[in-house]
Amino acid sequence: MKSIYMDHSATTPVDPEVFNAMIPYYTDIYGNASSVHSQGQKAARAVEQAREQVALLIGASPGEIIFTSGGTEADNQSIITFMAANPHKGKHIITSAIEHHAILHTCEYLSKQGFEITVLPVNPEGVVEPDTLRAALRADTALVSIMHANNEIGTVQDIQQLAAISHEAGAAFHTDAVQTVGKIPVNVKELGIDLLSASSHKLYGPNGIGCLFAKKGVHIGSYLHGGGHERNMRAGTVNVPGVVGFGKAAELAQQRLPQNEAALKVLGQRLTQGILDAIPNTRLTGHPVNRLPGSVSVCFQYVEGESILLMLDSYGIMASSGSACTAGSLEPSHVLLALGLSHEIAHGSLRLTMGKDNTQEDVDKVLEVLPPIIKNLRLMSPLGQ
Amino acid sequence: MYSQKVMDHFMNPRNVGKIDLANGIGEVGNPTCGDIMHIEIEVQDDLIKDIKFRTFGCAAAIATSSMVTEMVKGKSLEDAKRITNRTVAEALDGLPPLKMHCSNLAADALHEAIKNYRQGDGSSASISKGYCRQEVHSCCDKAEE
Repeated sequence: MKSIYMDHSATTPVDPEVFNAMIPYYTDIYGNASSVHSQGQKAARAVEQAREQVALLIGASPGEIIFTSGGTEADNQSIITFMAANPHKGKHIITSAIEHHAILHTCEYLSKQGFEITVLPVNPEGVVEPDTLRAALRADTALVSIMHANNEIGTVQDIQQLAAISHEAGAAFHTDAVQTVGKIPVNVKELGIDLLSASSHKLYGPNGIGCLFAKKGVHIGSYLHGGGHERNMRAGTVNVPGVVGFGKAAELAQQRLPQNEAALKVLGQRLTQGILDAIPNTRLTGHPVNRLPGSVSVCFQYVEGESILLMLDSYGIMASSGSACTAGSLEPSHVLLALGLSHEIAHGSLRLTMGKDNTQEDVDKVLEVLPPIIKNLRLMSPLGQ
Repeated sequence: MYSQKVMDHFMNPRNVGKIDLANGIGEVGNPTCGDIMHIEIEVQDDLIKDIKFRTFGCAAAIATSSMVTEMVKGKSLEDAKRITNRTVAEALDGLPPLKMHCSNLAADALHEAIKNYRQGDGSSASISKGYCRQEVHSCCDKAEE
């Protein structure tokens, strides 16, 4: 049975070219990038080359990139150290209800340290309305953090506008761009961003590596304390193979982005429409147009997400859900609830996130298999009959 | 995550559906919690002649429902009353810890159906509604993706 992987928002396979680029940094060039000898210097040069590759992908200068262990660390460092380094700007942070827990839980932590947090609601399509942000900004708002695209529902925010509104009020702007970097064009200058988090394993790079973009002149600090790595902004021996892999993945993403984006947009639209046409009592979640290419998120009434996932898995199709059972809790995803969906509807969520290797045949296979799965589960359900 | 028995009962559930001559009906759970188990029984001479279920919920919810119907079909009401959520889970070679709390209600649904039969006059009855075990919210911490 051919397996069909449609969980690219969770993670992506490492591209063979990326893997090959990493191998020498495990085997031959194993020096510590901080060492003076030639091994160390070779490693350091590779790190700087990767920094340029990542910077180029997002329109930044290499000096504005700090390598971290991933998106979560970049989110934590952005918010916690920005607030610590800029006490004169105030103690108020604005974020949104659909952020990743790496942002929401960091804000909750800061609220216990005396900072004030405003969590903006979103509209039913998962959009942070500009007027909602305007109304929440205060003289003491130091930082606004709104994610670029949501991992569960795929909605892409108008970051350029939200950043401009924040700046007018004197607040800095951070975006968690983990889901967009490498998938849609992200240019920090055009978007007007001060801080940005990105992760390698969402763009066919290795796990355990990511970066924080901090615009030149924006004051942040180190989150991990120790050595002087990353220009004193991130202590800890640099993960050279990881950084090299991230750099290579960024380079490939930049080359392939226009082609992948266009192809995934078409596949995503076909899959979404196919599901909505074939299965009654189904709704799309997230924005119908402004969404990540290849990201399909729907809710089926009367059935539960984990059951759908396990049935799909028996056909080799790998997807995800925001139902409580899949989150390992009794609450469905906070993102789906923030859209105003009831618990009952949110329990029936399914997310299919396609990547560069998915094909029209994969879409056809899902459209062949999914409708009978939902039908059978509904026959088994006491609801809706 | 799940035992082979759970997956077998989930993929090939036994005794799904309704019974025309049901004289006991039980339902527990709540769509808000993500699990509803509905069990119908046809009792004759204190024996469970037929039993069917319909369940809204995860694989554990469906598998426990299926298993409980298999365990009591043809058995006496006295035997059926001795079945607990724990014995259902054991018959499935166990459930993940979190599912023990939130999706393991099938025996409760069965007991509601038996209670409903006892309360009734033998003719088909209104559904005996169980509960949503709200208290489990406090013992299940949210896990991260």
